[in-house]
Amino acid sequence: MATETLKRPPFPSGKLRLEHVGMAFDNDGKSFPVLEDINLDVSDGEFICLVGPSGCGKSTLLNLMGGFLAPTSGSITIDGQPVQGPDPRRILVFQERGVFPWLTVEGNIGFGLSSLSRAERDQRIAHYVQMMRLQGFEHTYPADLSGGMKQRLQVARALAVNPDILYLDEPFGALDSVTRLIMRGELLRIWESERRTIIFVTHDIDEAVQLADRVVVLSSRPAKIEDVLTIDIAHPRNISSPRYLQLRDELMSKIGLAYTL
Amino acid sequence: MTAIEPEKRSTSVSLSVWLRPVAFILLLLILWQIAVSRHPEQLLPGPWAVLKGIGELLHHGLLLKYVVASLFRVTWGFALAAVLAIPLGLTLGWYRRGDMAFNPLVQIFRPISPLAWIPLAILWFGVGDLAAIFLIFVGCFFPLLLTAMSAVQNIPAVYINVGRNFGMSTAQFVSRVLYPAVVPQLITGSRITMGIAWLVVVAAEMIAVNSGLGFLIVDARNAGNRYDLVVAGMVLIGIIGLLLDLGMRSLERVKSFRWSYSED
Repeated sequence: MATETLKRPPFPSGKLRLEHVGMAFDNDGKSFPVLEDINLDVSDGEFICLVGPSGCGKSTLLNLMGGFLAPTSGSITIDGQPVQGPDPRRILVFQERGVFPWLTVEGNIGFGLSSLSRAERDQRIAHYVQMMRLQGFEHTYPADLSGGMKQRLQVARALAVNPDILYLDEPFGALDSVTRLIMRGELLRIWESERRTIIFVTHDIDEAVQLADRVVVLSSRPAKIEDVLTIDIAHPRNISSPRYLQLRDELMSKIGLAYTL
Repeated sequence: MTAIEPEKRSTSVSLSVWLRPVAFILLLLILWQIAVSRHPEQLLPGPWAVLKGIGELLHHGLLLKYVVASLFRVTWGFALAAVLAIPLGLTLGWYRRGDMAFNPLVQIFRPISPLAWIPLAILWFGVGDLAAIFLIFVGCFFPLLLTAMSAVQNIPAVYINVGRNFGMSTAQFVSRVLYPAVVPQLITGSRITMGIAWLVVVAAEMIAVNSGLGFLIVDARNAGNRYDLVVAGMVLIGIIGLLLDLGMRSLERVKSFRWSYSED
């Protein structure tokens, strides 16, 4: 028994593993710590939401995982391999302006598929046009799409390259509340059919409780992991069930919000 | 789903958009003709005399020859400047150190009028096409360089990050992210620069060559005070300038370029 706990399997328990990750930015020669001692294990196919006060470094953490920034301390590994830069196997979806305005819907979805044969690419594009409900807009430029459609397009472009991890940086933050709700449903539908690992940054507590398997709560700057809350409700989630409301309240209090306005 | 296609505007609207300025110009021409006929001492030839002058040029085969000569110089000067300044500017804009090193130099050269180069141009290239082309080149080089530098620096970081995320080679990144992201700004900059080129060619032709619309103006005055031809040259310069600008503008309406001129 004791030897088993000491010996580590070749791929440690998780898909994505953060160990003692710290990040500091230099500003006028002074060092500003943003993240401190972040430890997290994400298993394959898990849906994680990162929440925390605004400006706490959620996006920075996502950029570290995505390889866009290098941590000042600690290590980030995926399948046991250290993250060394952006990688098409892990795609980051941005809050706004993430789609290329000079490409049509088709062009955007096919952006990462230039290594495929034409037939294969067309087939892949058609598949994600269908999945993201963008039929009829294949030749439309993003300027003529609504905000929700642009975000669906961005997710479609990300999924088209078949990534194993999807990082989403407040992807629905700029949408109106009804569209946001619909988009959450769509994302869950895709996640259930394709089972990618998803790391989802949000400042919206309801969003986190509706979507996540686990919610990671960050403290204010320099951010540490304050708590990790497991959302043990099966999908589709009833958002007025007592358990939902209980978890929502728990999360609220962890972030330090009062129950009343 | 939003935004109405601008192409679908009714033809009657676009017709009145065209008719209005044309009608206004006609009105001014009539007023000009009346004013000239009331003051026969003639400080300015009337529009009719100018039109006859243009007819005379056409008749002698000079109109086409001069227009082609001027356009030839503008095309070469502009094209040479574009070929050198745009890649250089994109490179300098991309590397922050390049910008820091070159910017002071650019800012020193930029305020020097291209016309100040005339003596050196003649010294280096003699009196002829090359000198004129060189002057246009100098006039276009710095505006295009600055346009290209700022175009790169203004690319939203998110496009660059997306490009990096999809694992592209440098060549792919340049052709599929960097280039399309800067094209709209390059078109706008080129439009303005084309205007400069057209200004410079007239001045260059007054000094360095013996053909072209600039030469026509100086020659018409020197060879017998033919002010009708002087004004004819001015009118032709204006009309061709307008056509050049319309040509460049039509590029701005290309769908895959149009994004940066609309919202977002």
